[in-house]
Amino acid sequence: MRKLLLLITVICVGLVFIARLFYLQVYNETPYNLFEDNAIRKVYDYPKRGYVYDRNGTLLVANQPSYDVMVIPREVEPLDTLEFCGLLKISKEEFTKKYAKAKNYSPRLPSVFVPQLSKKDYAVLQEKMRKFDGFYIQKRSLRDYQTTIGANVLGDIGEVNQRIIEKQPYYKMGDLIGKQGVEISYEKTLRGVKGIKFIQKDRFNKNIGPYQNGVHDTLPQPGKDITITIDAKLQEYGELLMKNKRGGIIAIEPSSGEILAMVSGPSYNPNLLVGRDRSKNFSKLYRDSIAKPLFDRALQAQYPPGSPFKVMNALIGLQEGIVDVNDKVTCRMGYYYGSRKLTGCHHHKSPVDMNAGIAQSCNAYFVNIYRRIIDKEDDAGAAMNKWSNHAKSFGLGNFLNNDLSVGRPGRIPDGDYYDRAYGDNRWGSTYIVSNAIGQGEVEATPIQLANMAAAIGNRGYYYTPHIIKSIEGDTIPSKYTTPKKTTIDKQHFEPVIQGMFDVYNKGTAEYLQVPGIDICGKTGTAENFMKIDGIKTQLTDHSIFVAFAPKDNPKIAIAVFVENGYWGSRFAGRMASLMIEKYIKGTITRTDLEDWILTHSLENEYAKPYSGKSFKINGETTLQVVEKQ
Amino acid sequence: MLRENHRGFKFDWVTIIIYLLLVTFGWLNILSASHVGEVVTYFDTSQLYGKHLVFVGLSFVLIILILSIEAKFYERFASIIYITAMLALVGLFVFGKDVNGARSWYGIGSMTIQPSEFAKFATALAVSKYISDLQTNMKTLQDQLKTLALIIIPAFLILLQNDAGSTIVYASFFFVFYREGLQQIYLIVAISTIVLAIIALKFGVLYAAIFSVAVIGGHLFVKRKKRPSIFKSVIVLAVCIGFSYGVKLFYNHGIKPHQQNRISLWLRLEKDASKLERMKKEEAYNLIQSEKAISSGGFSGKGFLEGTRTTGKFVPEQHTDYIFSTVGEEWGFLGSAFVVVLFMALIIRILYLSESQKSQFSRVYGYCVASILFIHFTINTGMVMGLIPTVGIPLPFFSYGGSGLMGFTILLFIFVKLDSNKINEW
Repeated sequence: MRKLLLLITVICVGLVFIARLFYLQVYNETPYNLFEDNAIRKVYDYPKRGYVYDRNGTLLVANQPSYDVMVIPREVEPLDTLEFCGLLKISKEEFTKKYAKAKNYSPRLPSVFVPQLSKKDYAVLQEKMRKFDGFYIQKRSLRDYQTTIGANVLGDIGEVNQRIIEKQPYYKMGDLIGKQGVEISYEKTLRGVKGIKFIQKDRFNKNIGPYQNGVHDTLPQPGKDITITIDAKLQEYGELLMKNKRGGIIAIEPSSGEILAMVSGPSYNPNLLVGRDRSKNFSKLYRDSIAKPLFDRALQAQYPPGSPFKVMNALIGLQEGIVDVNDKVTCRMGYYYGSRKLTGCHHHKSPVDMNAGIAQSCNAYFVNIYRRIIDKEDDAGAAMNKWSNHAKSFGLGNFLNNDLSVGRPGRIPDGDYYDRAYGDNRWGSTYIVSNAIGQGEVEATPIQLANMAAAIGNRGYYYTPHIIKSIEGDTIPSKYTTPKKTTIDKQHFEPVIQGMFDVYNKGTAEYLQVPGIDICGKTGTAENFMKIDGIKTQLTDHSIFVAFAPKDNPKIAIAVFVENGYWGSRFAGRMASLMIEKYIKGTITRTDLEDWILTHSLENEYAKPYSGKSFKINGETTLQVVEKQ
Repeated sequence: MLRENHRGFKFDWVTIIIYLLLVTFGWLNILSASHVGEVVTYFDTSQLYGKHLVFVGLSFVLIILILSIEAKFYERFASIIYITAMLALVGLFVFGKDVNGARSWYGIGSMTIQPSEFAKFATALAVSKYISDLQTNMKTLQDQLKTLALIIIPAFLILLQNDAGSTIVYASFFFVFYREGLQQIYLIVAISTIVLAIIALKFGVLYAAIFSVAVIGGHLFVKRKKRPSIFKSVIVLAVCIGFSYGVKLFYNHGIKPHQQNRISLWLRLEKDASKLERMKKEEAYNLIQSEKAISSGGFSGKGFLEGTRTTGKFVPEQHTDYIFSTVGEEWGFLGSAFVVVLFMALIIRILYLSESQKSQFSRVYGYCVASILFIHFTINTGMVMGLIPTVGIPLPFFSYGGSGLMGFTILLFIFVKLDSNKINEW
């Protein structure tokens, strides 16, 4: 026993120690991560962010240096505060407050004292900087917009937030990331890859030297320049036309799916979101819950498409073989089911065939053929599904799955949709006739309508609308260069296109003709409602227009949407014609249309629901005339 | 002489190999923990690892010397060696040099010598010599006190020099005394003392009293047929309670604030959050950094010279008392467990050899060596891993320092020499 005491103690202690080591090093172990090792300082080398060019090679977005004044509180020596404050353009109180904040954060680590000095202030300050120990200037790169247009297209960059850092460990506190537009959709391409140096530090936070002689260090990879499909001149013109109005314009090149213009009104100057005032300006835009300038109406506004959707039904009707182009339908200022008027119509000659149905936008004609489509099968659900698949093959009813940072799916109902709404098979074609004229449950975004126009112009196929034209030293994804076929056979397009052509020729857009260009279009007028103090109130109709031109081998397909613009050809039609002329000819001959658009504002119309007083809509109101700028 | 050459010098190679492994591995870790900038040459004596290499060389010279001296020399000259060492300790009060608040060094030129490192083997020799004397009987109180005096003298001198850590080492002789016949009751008292002290500090005197009542009551109940004395039990109980109270009093008033803090950290007595936060930056800083370094090593470590916390000198005193944290960070669980196993193997080997000695002197000395190494290893490693309150003593053969390395080398190799001579004993 006496011999064993020490032996047993030694063995016990040894086992306890090994257990403790096991606990510390194995059981409690998290895999070693160089990035989480606070004995290693990570110094990043940020590459140049890629430039953005328009389709004609015009530089839209470049970079500009920005200068942050940094401070390391414990290295600060007594200084001439008055002079320093004068140079920085801050007050003595601000100085004291900022200094206290920096010291509170850490006396040893650098913190931003005054962010983003202007080049001029920097030039003055730089001369005198050596007088202020503990302060230094750190250069950062900001975006430099070479233009005042396209804020919704180009987007902006801002500091990453905690949520992004957690999701994507590439980003560290203070890094910049695309926040909107192409900056977000081509973030990885534009930003490049930052270089990193690992530096061994000691417990006083002093650098000792490169960690492991720099074997883990990487060089920055510069961001790639991109060329976007936008035509800056067309975009600028679109934004000009959209002044004093709310809505969206989207123009697509049918032969490639390239987005030529993407206007959202009201717009703002992208330079507002650069530099020191970014957060102030951003919250101003963000908080504007009435005009919603950050809401991209070309991509995100999901409205009932109205009459332009009628051409879809004409195409489906032909494909399903339930209508012949020469079939005539009588219109008695509306469609009657027995003695019940299901939908009204405006005044035009009757009866109408397909061509006149489209050109005159006859509601009765389309309700008639829509009912034929649905009633073709015994099971309304099955017919509805068939109809839905046709419409969806034009890129409607779902996300386009493209390279735009925002979007909406729209809605194309199918049989299940109504089974859920009414109960299985407890509905029929008369329940859903509104779909015939693009009202009811059908919803689409302007980009979807423009794409539909492109598919019609192409006689049966489209390319996914996209914003990227080329990437420096890289190719664009093949999904943008592969055509997508619709379910409608090619021969069915001609009569419909002829109808759209006659909209301009002798129909609802007759007075919008542009000399020398064969435009095919379709007007739309959509009823809309808003809740005011909890009461559903009807507002002035939305003005919608969808077009492509020229008739053969179209170069441009366009959808214009103007909120509360009343009828289709009034605002949207004019704007579409002007855009087409601008793009194809480069100059405007229809200056009468242009003058009218530039001198008419809808601001009064938009103010009405918020006035608190009762108001009149549509034809009972007068249009506001403004000075041309 | 011829016979000795022929049959003797059977040095125990297991011990020697473990020693060499520890010294080599120790030096590699000192290199890691102390190098500043690139390691250009290992013989750079301006760097600590270069100096330590010189100490290793000196130790090898010492080994040859120790092994070539006649084994009987150590027994015969034990008293003289002991007296010399004690004089050296006393001399510190006159000629000593203050380092870190402890007056434990002689300065000769740029060199410093710490006599307390050498006092250990001297005391071990003296204790072995006294106990192995034919007239000594460890069961008598008189001899117990006399042997105790041999230990108390150096322990007390070292304590006066403000080196509390090295004082604790002398408690290791308890194992030796116990092996050589100390009564069972001492062991019981020793264990009770430790247990009671911890309970009194952690939970308060009341709980210590309840614990004492329970244990003594239980003892009475088990032994009731033998009619134990109630009176004696009550006295023991009173002593226990008195002791617990004394411990508490001593903790509050008898020790220095930094020692108090160390114990408070160990037993997690501090509840005040703000004070705890301050402690984390001061008293507990070393401990936290050392634990972090060890756990960051993971299973297989970051690799030699790759420890980021070691290179960044995050753990203060890492090349001396906290050298084990370097092992933990750079060699991981595999490396640190290996070191623990090496120490266990060394101590067990010495114990095994001690038991096989024919002379009592050699046996007692072997026991002294095992005990001293054991207490050093336990306290140092335990502290670095956060199991034992902070006590500043080096890890044998591992920590940086010439006096330490040479002191331990002498301690161990005298035993190797004694052991090699056992064939000549009868």
